[in-house]
Amino acid sequence: MRRFRGWLANPWAKPRFLVVVTWGYIVWSVVPVVIAILFSFNAGRSRSVWQGFSLRWYWSDPNQSVWNDPTLRGALEQSLRLAALDMVIAVPLGVTLALGLTRWRGYGARPVNLLMLFPLVTPEIVMAVSLLLVFVTLYGVALGTTAQVLGQVTFSVSYVVLIVRGRLLSIGRQYEEAATDLGASPLSALRLVLLPLLAPAIFASLMVVFALSIDDFVVTDYLSSDASTQTVPIRIYSSVRGTTTPALNALATVMVATTLIAIALAFVIYRRFNAASGADTSALRDIAALEV
Amino acid sequence: MTRRWFWPLFAMPGAVWLVLLFLVPFYAVLAVAFGGVDPIFQAPVPVWNPLHWHGDTMRSVLDQLRPGQVFWIVFLRTFAYVALALAGCLAIGYPVAYYLARHARRFKALLLVLLIIPFWVSYLMRMLAWIGLLLPDGLVNRTLTGIGLLSHPYGWLDGQASSVIFALIYGYVPYLILPLWATLDRIEPHLLEAGRDLGASPWSTFFHVTLPLSRQGILAGSVLIALPMFGDYYTNDVISGSPRTSMIGNQINLFFQGGPQRTVGAALVIVLSVVLAILMSYYLWSTARASRLEVV
Repeated sequence: MRRFRGWLANPWAKPRFLVVVTWGYIVWSVVPVVIAILFSFNAGRSRSVWQGFSLRWYWSDPNQSVWNDPTLRGALEQSLRLAALDMVIAVPLGVTLALGLTRWRGYGARPVNLLMLFPLVTPEIVMAVSLLLVFVTLYGVALGTTAQVLGQVTFSVSYVVLIVRGRLLSIGRQYEEAATDLGASPLSALRLVLLPLLAPAIFASLMVVFALSIDDFVVTDYLSSDASTQTVPIRIYSSVRGTTTPALNALATVMVATTLIAIALAFVIYRRFNAASGADTSALRDIAALEV
Repeated sequence: MTRRWFWPLFAMPGAVWLVLLFLVPFYAVLAVAFGGVDPIFQAPVPVWNPLHWHGDTMRSVLDQLRPGQVFWIVFLRTFAYVALALAGCLAIGYPVAYYLARHARRFKALLLVLLIIPFWVSYLMRMLAWIGLLLPDGLVNRTLTGIGLLSHPYGWLDGQASSVIFALIYGYVPYLILPLWATLDRIEPHLLEAGRDLGASPWSTFFHVTLPLSRQGILAGSVLIALPMFGDYYTNDVISGSPRTSMIGNQINLFFQGGPQRTVGAALVIVLSVVLAILMSYYLWSTARASRLEVV
């Protein structure tokens, strides 16, 4: 009782209260997802009552498993296809934009800088509606994969710019200036000096764009055409309230597993790259700093 | 000459992209909202010349925004849900971020990874997880009836405002913790020691040093999660699915899935954007003031 009163008077001194809240939060945030993953191995049709272990919803069910149901498998493929295209387009676009914006000292730089920030603070539904309307009424872009990629790149670019620009500002200009003083052209100074220094930021951008693309629902849904361009989040959204089977859990689990494996692989590669400089947490820092 | 154009050329592709795919599309929303409707197909006819705009749709939308009308109620509900969810997120997120910044010495890396995991699990997957738990025969109902708190299963997913707010908190709190942590982590421990040395109790050190120093982080984090929450409709759709809990995002989405009412949807998008722009300017004004104070 005395301990409790002491805690009430001063819960911040010994962090017992903080320990409980923090670990409680972690359990609360992770356990539901783990349970959903467990139910993907359910032998029965229920998503909430355990009926034994099976891989039925992954591939053994001839019609309704992730492997055999073309809509589920197609959603998985479309998600990965969009993520790859988004990474391939948004990262180079963002890196060049960040380079241009940090080094360009003209009148045009300020408005572009401002414009670049807007997609970060625009709710997704506003972007989705405006892209849909412009594609339908003005550009004549057919809804489907092309429109989805255009939309995803538009909201991904700004994140790349933020990450790369942060790194550029911390590098400073001296390395480039040294290179040009030694006779390098601006382009070769960029290629031989700046780009290697930017590698961690580019790597972090790739990961962030991958996560943004995989996770996106609103823009991707508004710009989808028919069942063939549905992604995993769209599948979950459209069938989660119906009488659906654990195949939906299996689909989501495959997605989570793919993401985690991709990230683990990326970190192994990244660590190898940076073994010499000992900067293995800097990509993590880049991502965390981005959220501010 | 080449030197002068070297860096601007780098910015060009990205700048052109943003103009064509962000700025022009937003103008298209204006053109649709202030445009007409095809009398036969009921499809929106955008009017690109602002001199020819007419405000019939906007007027009727603003009409419905008067106190007591449909959109007024939806807007109020949206504000209430977002405010409650934000309060919940701060109540959970601040202690967690504080613990991570101050006390989690040995576990820091592990904690950081655990806190980042939700970023790599898709938002709708996390909603799917809760739907499984909240089903009539789900674990939550079975546990509560098992220990006798409920006599029969409760319909958590049948249009409950509390479930929607709970889901919003669950969905958005990870995005708040990291910026809060970044701010709290930057506070110099010397400042806290100085407070203690000058005789302040831990509580008053917290209230007079830590909390004011983390004010900007709280504001930035709140803006970061409040803006997407204002446009959120999917959380509501999957957790409640009832018009009783519908937010402004649901209303807009309804008009766009419905077809002929797209002009109304576009007008609502503009109203929402204006409201958020006002909130955003307040935030920018307060950060500008804070940084001025810091300089002084």
